[in-house]
Amino acid sequence: MSKVIEGLRYSESHEWVKVEGGLAVVGVSDFAQKEMGNITYVDLPDVDDEVTAGEDFGALESVKAASDLIAPVSGRVVEVNEALEDEPELVNQDAYANWIIKVEMSDPSELDALLDAEAYKKISD
Amino acid sequence: MEENLQITPLYDCHLELGAKMSPFAGFMMPIQYSDITAEHLAVRNAVGMFDVSHMGEVLITGSEADKYVNHIFTNDIRVMTPGQVLYGMMLYPDGGTVDDLLVYKCFEPDAFFLVINASNIDKDVAWMKEQAQGFDVVVDNQSPKWAQLAVQGPDAEKTVIEVLGLKEAAELSFYTFTNVDNPVGRIILSRTGYTGEDGFEIYATPAQTVEFWKMLLAAGVVPCGLGCRDTLRFEAGLPLYGDELSPEISPVMAGLGMFCKMDKDEFIGKEALQAQKDGALKRKLVGIEIEDRAIPRAGYPVELEDGTEVGIVTTGYHSISLDKSICFALVDKEFAALDTPLWIRIRKRVFPGKVVKKRFYQTKYKK
Repeated sequence: MSKVIEGLRYSESHEWVKVEGGLAVVGVSDFAQKEMGNITYVDLPDVDDEVTAGEDFGALESVKAASDLIAPVSGRVVEVNEALEDEPELVNQDAYANWIIKVEMSDPSELDALLDAEAYKKISD
Repeated sequence: MEENLQITPLYDCHLELGAKMSPFAGFMMPIQYSDITAEHLAVRNAVGMFDVSHMGEVLITGSEADKYVNHIFTNDIRVMTPGQVLYGMMLYPDGGTVDDLLVYKCFEPDAFFLVINASNIDKDVAWMKEQAQGFDVVVDNQSPKWAQLAVQGPDAEKTVIEVLGLKEAAELSFYTFTNVDNPVGRIILSRTGYTGEDGFEIYATPAQTVEFWKMLLAAGVVPCGLGCRDTLRFEAGLPLYGDELSPEISPVMAGLGMFCKMDKDEFIGKEALQAQKDGALKRKLVGIEIEDRAIPRAGYPVELEDGTEVGIVTTGYHSISLDKSICFALVDKEFAALDTPLWIRIRKRVFPGKVVKKRFYQTKYKK
């Protein structure tokens, strides 16, 4: 059973968002990390890159395959989790503690299109 | 599609072990049991076992078996003695690859046992039968009768002898085999593999294979899925049909010319290969290493510094044994020399790299 945390918003492509004022902290769900298996590489965007909701902003790689990271909201990347460059396995250890990017949202109303914990549980069983 | 999938005799064993199963070459196959990296390292450092029962087996018999096999096969079977195995290809007249395969010269006269890729069984058998016109041979597709286990790694010999009681293993050198006949049927014990390590491929009846699997499992041999079979063969510089060989990719393009004996009088595709060797070849398969942890995957473009596309990745990994991001790529032949700088586009970025030898990992066969 994958862990789903109350209070976060989730995308159908298995990213989570934690809202901190005008910032969206973005990571992948526990379900996503389990599906991937051992993550060997996190392809991060650069700070100041613009990301668009529904479009890929990076990727997770396991031995076998690459899986795109899809931006749940649009905006400007203000911080990337550089620890993942050297220790991609942190995502496997705790997918919620190890965020991937922080985005300064250009349209916070996009959050309304995301799932709450209860709705996400249903699609990540 | 799903309803046509075949299963191997070990299907239930895989489910019991909780394997992640996936369709491959028309079969439902185990991709991994625990973790690809752990399974890969078990083979490199000790011993692992693979269910490769999906592979195809074709027996060629008849008074013209020699002549026929030498006609369809790129390597030279005239030098073979019974108990030997040769690797090579079957080609179309244009030099494209029908399949890559192992040819076993049987101990019985006028008989060869051909081991072909699962994904190509129907196509190959049809091709072989078509080419058999005019030869006194019988092409017998025995694939459903045979199951196959691969036991691979530095401890493979000890394991096969002590756990399975196949003492004959000690006398086999690389690319030789022997038959072990017993009341329940024949076992073909072959010192071959697809991992870059010493090891054995054991062809037997489905029932015997299930029994062997259980004995090996009880003895602690690590079950390994097709996931690590691919990472292992890749590091060892071995091609996979569909990626590095195909109807569009000849053995000369793939750098496997050593398995095509141009001094033979003839074989299907020889003239086309000769033309490629004489300069008609446009692309060559190379190894490329990049200076980053990003992973070049099949289909990613290979470029020059100015962005000109000069090739395409066929297989790539972050190598488990070498801790480097490496790939096979087909590139325009003028950029195929060792140390040529090349760039690989991985999603939105371009990573610098250089051409390296395709055999990334030093293989450890028992000569």
